[in-house]
Amino acid sequence: MAQQRSFQLGTGLFILLGFAALAYLATQTTSVANFRQGDSYTLQARFTNIGQLKLGAPVKMAGVRIGSVSAIDLDPVKLDATVKLAVSNRFNTLPDDSAAAIFTSGLLGDQYVAIQTGGSPEVFKDGDEFILTQSSMQLEDLIGKFLAGSGGSKSDKPNVATPEAETKPEPAAAIPNQP
Amino acid sequence: MSDNSKMPSPLMNGIAQVGACGLFFFSILAAIPRSMVHFAQTVKQIWFVGAMSLIIIMTCGLFVGMVLALQLYYVLSIFGGTGALGTVVALSLFRELGPVVTALLFAGRAGTSITAEIGLMRATDQLSAMEMMAVDPLSYVVAPRFLAGLIAMPLLACVFNAMGIFGAHLVGVTWLGLDNGTFWSNMTSSVDVWKDVLNGVWKSVAFGAVITLIAAFQGYTTAPTSEGVAYATTRTVVQSSIVVLALDFVMTAFLM
Repeated sequence: MAQQRSFQLGTGLFILLGFAALAYLATQTTSVANFRQGDSYTLQARFTNIGQLKLGAPVKMAGVRIGSVSAIDLDPVKLDATVKLAVSNRFNTLPDDSAAAIFTSGLLGDQYVAIQTGGSPEVFKDGDEFILTQSSMQLEDLIGKFLAGSGGSKSDKPNVATPEAETKPEPAAAIPNQP
Repeated sequence: MSDNSKMPSPLMNGIAQVGACGLFFFSILAAIPRSMVHFAQTVKQIWFVGAMSLIIIMTCGLFVGMVLALQLYYVLSIFGGTGALGTVVALSLFRELGPVVTALLFAGRAGTSITAEIGLMRATDQLSAMEMMAVDPLSYVVAPRFLAGLIAMPLLACVFNAMGIFGAHLVGVTWLGLDNGTFWSNMTSSVDVWKDVLNGVWKSVAFGAVITLIAAFQGYTTAPTSEGVAYATTRTVVQSSIVVLALDFVMTAFLM
């Protein structure tokens, strides 16, 4: 009987260990881990372009996660993106002239909001808005600027000439259709 | 089963084996409600196939995680993407390596012992003796082992995954000096509970069922000699390894 009991005890411990491992995997290594956050206050930032920023993306200061993106919306009047940042109450002494920027972690990583500290003696309060923001770098824009800046002499001319050559025949072709 | 040995063609023999195994599966399912009377047997088997396999599973999980981190660090550093190490290790462990390697170890550690035990019961006529005493061997011997495999496999796979993550963290962060925060935050931002973690759990439940089914079937239908038990044990490992890897492909295609 004592042997029977030790079997049952050991089996129970094994099942508990298995479920503990499952709970660990489910809560610590997955996106569920990002939901656990204590009390937080909300800051707002406006960007002209947020790139691939997603809900729940980290908000970092000096590379350390201090909160997450809680809402993304487009302002219907000003037509820029408004991003709400939930920042942990532990970090409630951010100077109110701090700047928010959207960066990419690594070459292939996700995008996040980085906060650069300012020097103002006043601190951000719940609901405040960033004055200084820097939008996400678009790779396409950078390539466009690079091409426009460097290749003005030779490579651009054939590119400019061909659209014009294509557009000119169009009015001529359109006239026979009108009568 | 005695008919099989008379069949000349190996192909027909194989088809008959598959059919007999399928029928055996249904008779196990029918015996499960009756085996609830012998629930202590199931508990004992969970202890034997599950808890006793913990050491091998944990050790192997640790080493698989460590070697995965080392290999991926080398490959990812070519692209300058070592920050993705945690993500890649977690996804490959949860979705593939955890369930499959655990299943292969489980087949070697638990499947063989199930086959040998039931096979020896068959060889020494213990199963016939049970029938004589009106004890159904399917519900007293086979069904508890099947249930134990079904319950123990996913738990073992979860322990394997957790140890693998621990090993990857040990190599990636402690040894190779990746940033701890990057390791975890990239992992938590890309791994999904339902799509990745539970996907692996479903796989391991299926593998547990298949391995214990094959092991019990081979033991139950073994030739009642010591040579027969030896062949049956070998067949258990070979067949369950093949079926696990094939089933893994099919399940991955469906669970994507």
